[in-house]
Amino acid sequence: MSQSPASVPFIDALREAGDLRLPGSGLAWLDAARRENLEAFIAAGLPDTRAEAWKYTALRALGQRRFALGDAAAAAHPVDAHALKLPGIDGPRLVFVNGVFRADLSRLEALPPGLSLQPLSRVLENDPEPLRFALSRHYREAGDVFARLNAALAGDGVVLRVAPGVRVNKPVHLCFAGTPGRADVAWHLRNVIELGEGAELDLVEHHLATAQHKHLGTLVGEIVLRDGAKLQHALLQKAAEDSTLIRRGSLYLGAKSQAMLHVLELGGALVRHDLHAELRGDQARLDTRGVFVLHGRQHVDTQLSIRHQALNTASESIWRGVADERARGVFRGAIVVAEGADGSDASLNNKNLLLSAQAEIDTKPELEIYADEVKAAHGATVGQLDERALFYLRSRGLPNAEARALLTAAFCRAVFAALPNETLRDHFSDALLAHLPS
Amino acid sequence: MLKIENLHARVEGKDILKGLTLTVNRGEVHAIMGPNGAGKSTLGNVLSGREGYEVTAGSVTFEGRDLLALEPEGRAAAGVFLAFQYPVEIPGVNNTYFLRAALNAQRKQRGEAELDSMQFLKLVREKLKIMQISDELLHRAVNEGFSGGEKKRNEIFQMAVLEPKLAILDETDSGLDIDALKQVAQGVNALRSPDRSFLVITHYQRLLDYIEPDFVHVLADGRIVESGDKTLALKLEEYGYAWVNDRDPALANEARA
Repeated sequence: MSQSPASVPFIDALREAGDLRLPGSGLAWLDAARRENLEAFIAAGLPDTRAEAWKYTALRALGQRRFALGDAAAAAHPVDAHALKLPGIDGPRLVFVNGVFRADLSRLEALPPGLSLQPLSRVLENDPEPLRFALSRHYREAGDVFARLNAALAGDGVVLRVAPGVRVNKPVHLCFAGTPGRADVAWHLRNVIELGEGAELDLVEHHLATAQHKHLGTLVGEIVLRDGAKLQHALLQKAAEDSTLIRRGSLYLGAKSQAMLHVLELGGALVRHDLHAELRGDQARLDTRGVFVLHGRQHVDTQLSIRHQALNTASESIWRGVADERARGVFRGAIVVAEGADGSDASLNNKNLLLSAQAEIDTKPELEIYADEVKAAHGATVGQLDERALFYLRSRGLPNAEARALLTAAFCRAVFAALPNETLRDHFSDALLAHLPS
Repeated sequence: MLKIENLHARVEGKDILKGLTLTVNRGEVHAIMGPNGAGKSTLGNVLSGREGYEVTAGSVTFEGRDLLALEPEGRAAAGVFLAFQYPVEIPGVNNTYFLRAALNAQRKQRGEAELDSMQFLKLVREKLKIMQISDELLHRAVNEGFSGGEKKRNEIFQMAVLEPKLAILDETDSGLDIDALKQVAQGVNALRSPDRSFLVITHYQRLLDYIEPDFVHVLADGRIVESGDKTLALKLEEYGYAWVNDRDPALANEARA
């Protein structure tokens, strides 16, 4: 609230944009929601570090930049479909390039029965009513500032539904590619995902760059798991080194539903990942695993918030951070066990490794318990490589750099041990190893 | 093979080695004995290149090369191996993977071809037999959750695979019961050869019952004060380290000063 909106080029660009024609424009409820969110965003401006949610992540430099509102040429950028491929993933695919849906790169033909997968733009054209609830949301918290911007400007995204009882037998690949354009582009995408009762889905979210660029992307997603649904969600984030990526996910878990999230964050100059999970039904279970490996002047901020709201719910979170050179990592893991969520079992483990004296990692575990018979454990550490182990490896002949890489990889290894897709797990390990300093 | 001359070394500002001179020829087994604080472990650490050990004077040549100028990994590739008194646990690093990476890193530094996984496995099987180690240890993380005896045997097993020219055993007997000690000694003896030298650092004579040395040296206050054959170890066992001081009153005075 502190910056005068008039002085911020980032905001000015929005104010000067005039009327935007987005998919769904003309729908009265959507126009109203977009307009209100844009006005609220412009009025509030970008939060500064006095806002708790942005304490360790300064947005001042971002505020000084101007982005083109969308990339008109995105549909024509040549992108090699081979570059989008992930080993072990050969099912349906939805591809966005600079925030624009690319039918030519996607694979939406012959979807497995019970799976509905479409770009949001198409749903807005054909049958927008079911999205009304999701897209009319208002965001009020300071942490939600980009969700507001996203709500104002997102014209596309992923709409995915799995019918009750259906087990989708192939992983669904959501691909968000960035490619250089004439200007620095801001793109905004909105995902709406729902697994019906007892449905099962493997989801792979993949961020990548075909070449270096400085775009800003925001991605707001909502995943609803009805009772007994099961989700495996793997996220590989290899965005462009100079790009900004802001992701906000909400996850709602019904009774006896299970979600498992694996996150590997490697790319981006400024990255923010908010995940809000609510365990709403009895015996719901959430497992989150994540690693970020940073170098240069990368800044990656992960904000995990898990709310246990029902009986005998469980969550286990294991996160690792590695920062080299002048990189900065932030991790906040907040667990709330709400009143009445008796018998909940929550654990959070966050360990971080600093590979240089200039790197910094701030970690903040938070635990609030308002229920009875709760098992809860949390811990967070920031440390350096074990010099004794390093010497041990070197004394056996491993060069210093190799020994350091080996220990760093070992530090991260446990995080992906439970990733069920073995090919994908190997790929994650390889991507992580390739990203380690050597 | 190894020539240590007038070696002075300092740890955390404190002089520990004060003019140590020792020559080890190819195929010889030398035992270094001495009371606590004599500088035994410092010697092993200085030779293998651990950080924090400052050499203030003297020289160490290994096969004609200045050993002290090499990084720890360079010393390993040159053929120097240190069996640690306290082997380090490294969670998340598989024992086999580590050993293959180490062997190939050494071979690469020496300009030799790296071993592929089949060749390496064959080598490991041969060495397992010598060491009588169950291959279950190989699948675990390096030393993680190993018993004291398993850790020491793993050290000797690594030695068997890496085939050094000079092996330094730093109080390998510490913390071992008699059965474990015998097993470790057996492994060491199996690796004795005319081309491989050993520096066996120990506090107790016990180990030398099983690993028979060609020479025994007594290290006291940072230098070697007495050298002899294996009977010297027996004398030490009988009379204790005080006996050395009694024989050399000048040194004893200095030590008290």
